[in-house]
Amino acid sequence: MFTPEYLIQQTFNGIVFGAMYALLALGMTVIYGILRLIHFAHGALITVGAFGFYLFFAVLGLPFPAAIVLIIGLGALMGVILDVVAYKKAVGGPEVSMLITSLGFYILIENLMKLIVSPQPYAFPTPELLDRIYSMPALTFRTIDIFIIATSIAIMVFFTLFVKRTKMGVAMRATAESGEAARMVGINIGRVISISFIIASAIAGITGFMWGAKYGQISYNMGFMAGVKAFVAIVIGGVGSIPGAMLGGFILGILEMFSVAFLPPGYAAYRDGIVFFILILILIVKPSGILGQKEVE
Amino acid sequence: MLDIKAIFSKVDRRLLAGILVALLFLCLWIANAALSKYVIFIVSLIGVYIVAAESLNLTNGYTGLFSLGHAGFMAVGAYTSALLTFPVKGREMFVIPKLPIFLGGPEAAWPFLPALIMGGIFAAVIAAAVGLPVLRLRGHYLSVASLGLMVLIAALAMNLRDLTRGSIGINSIPTYTNVWWAYVSAVLTVYVVWRIVKSSFGRAMKAIREDEIAARVQGINPLKYKLLSFTIGAFFAGIAGGLYAHLSGAIRPYAFSFNMTFQIVIMVVLGGQGTIAGPVVGATIITILRYVMKPLEEALGIYGLVELVYATLLIVTMLRKPEGLLGRRRISKKAEAP
Repeated sequence: MFTPEYLIQQTFNGIVFGAMYALLALGMTVIYGILRLIHFAHGALITVGAFGFYLFFAVLGLPFPAAIVLIIGLGALMGVILDVVAYKKAVGGPEVSMLITSLGFYILIENLMKLIVSPQPYAFPTPELLDRIYSMPALTFRTIDIFIIATSIAIMVFFTLFVKRTKMGVAMRATAESGEAARMVGINIGRVISISFIIASAIAGITGFMWGAKYGQISYNMGFMAGVKAFVAIVIGGVGSIPGAMLGGFILGILEMFSVAFLPPGYAAYRDGIVFFILILILIVKPSGILGQKEVE
Repeated sequence: MLDIKAIFSKVDRRLLAGILVALLFLCLWIANAALSKYVIFIVSLIGVYIVAAESLNLTNGYTGLFSLGHAGFMAVGAYTSALLTFPVKGREMFVIPKLPIFLGGPEAAWPFLPALIMGGIFAAVIAAAVGLPVLRLRGHYLSVASLGLMVLIAALAMNLRDLTRGSIGINSIPTYTNVWWAYVSAVLTVYVVWRIVKSSFGRAMKAIREDEIAARVQGINPLKYKLLSFTIGAFFAGIAGGLYAHLSGAIRPYAFSFNMTFQIVIMVVLGGQGTIAGPVVGATIITILRYVMKPLEEALGIYGLVELVYATLLIVTMLRKPEGLLGRRRISKKAEAP
């Protein structure tokens, strides 16, 4: 069981799952940084993305790249809607009321999806090109795994460049540092918030496709654990740190895979439980995470 | 003109509360005799939810924490008390494990009250163990950690088959809970929360909610009060879970999922966080709404309708009247940037 091949295979699987957690965590940490909001509804967006792909690709028969572009657009649209309907009004109020609103939106989106697509899970229409299996001596993988890793790394690189180099990126970091000070130097905070929501939600949209293709099955409630685990990834990496969120995502993916792969078979059912056990452990041992700084009130 | 407020202020509040409670029980007595079993079930359920909502209110409303783990604590209370009271002769037949010796051994079935309290204590102990590290951190961590705890407890309930029978759940639990159990517990919970809130404990909790640093300056130890409020909340959640188990007669891990937590949260938010009467009103409205809409949902075949309405209610409440139906707008809350 503890052969090097097995270890490599499981690490690889962990990285694939971790890449998806990292993408979700990326969006959530940006929103958290700016609004101090745990964006529960973020998880629901991957459900929208996954079913959006199902609609565009399997039902409407659009070509794969078009479907991908459309679900990114769909994600962005959801971001706009959430921003305009929900948070424009809640911003500035107590932090808790935004959290409650976000919770409300999660339940709303989930149950709307349930209403539209029925409670049954769907088989995900992964394109044939991405469903090929390759076997090497130490590693068996599908093309989708490569797609996930490559795309997510590309997104992360672009996002990091965006945040570091562009004017809007600087404004985002400034707002996360101190909203009050950012406003004073003339940053349009409303715009920063809108852009953050749009980018984060667009990324969540394409993550929905990856999620569906990796698991092979989608259902209306797939987003819940995904969203909450993404927050666990943020905590692991260090709240408020963008590289931390990505790192946390990969670590969480690998830890989760290992806990399934190396614990006795009976424990596999505890997969989700183990993730939260890790969360609570980290909160006890190093609450600031790996790359985060201690948060001051 | 009749000034109701002036009259109220003259009457001793305790006397008023006493009269109200007496009236409540008189109504319950009449209802219990007159109404059908199904209606009485719903009425009792409202009582159980009042216990759950009012205890969450202590944590979320008065102390300003935001716990999402209430369903988890209810599950702990429900499973503990159900296992303790399960009739000895039924245990073999329903494949319920024998009790460990320190809980009375294989030949003991506990009476309802001690089992209920044991469930509450067990939930409180878990809350204290998790709360001690997590409550040192910023408030948000508690939301996620308590949610995680709920998932963890659900995973345990699902997989510790020797103890919980997994996803089949435990049925044929003796249905001890009736209107009286439900409402005596509800009144007691409301009374305890009220007493806490009006005491120096409660003032400390509210001070922490308003401004933790200012509270600390006053010599209040935030961790102590947060922990107390979280633990007491969990204790009553455990009681509510026990009552629920012995009311419905059957529990499954699924019953204590995120939807349950969400339902309790919306009771508190809708009624008014940080008010005594708010959660009572919220629990009543939401429970009635659920049982009015359930048949509608089935008739129309729109599954998830109840949750949709809940979510809409919650969002509208937050955007239009964030203080809830009975709450008063607080002006002191800092409007933090941006």
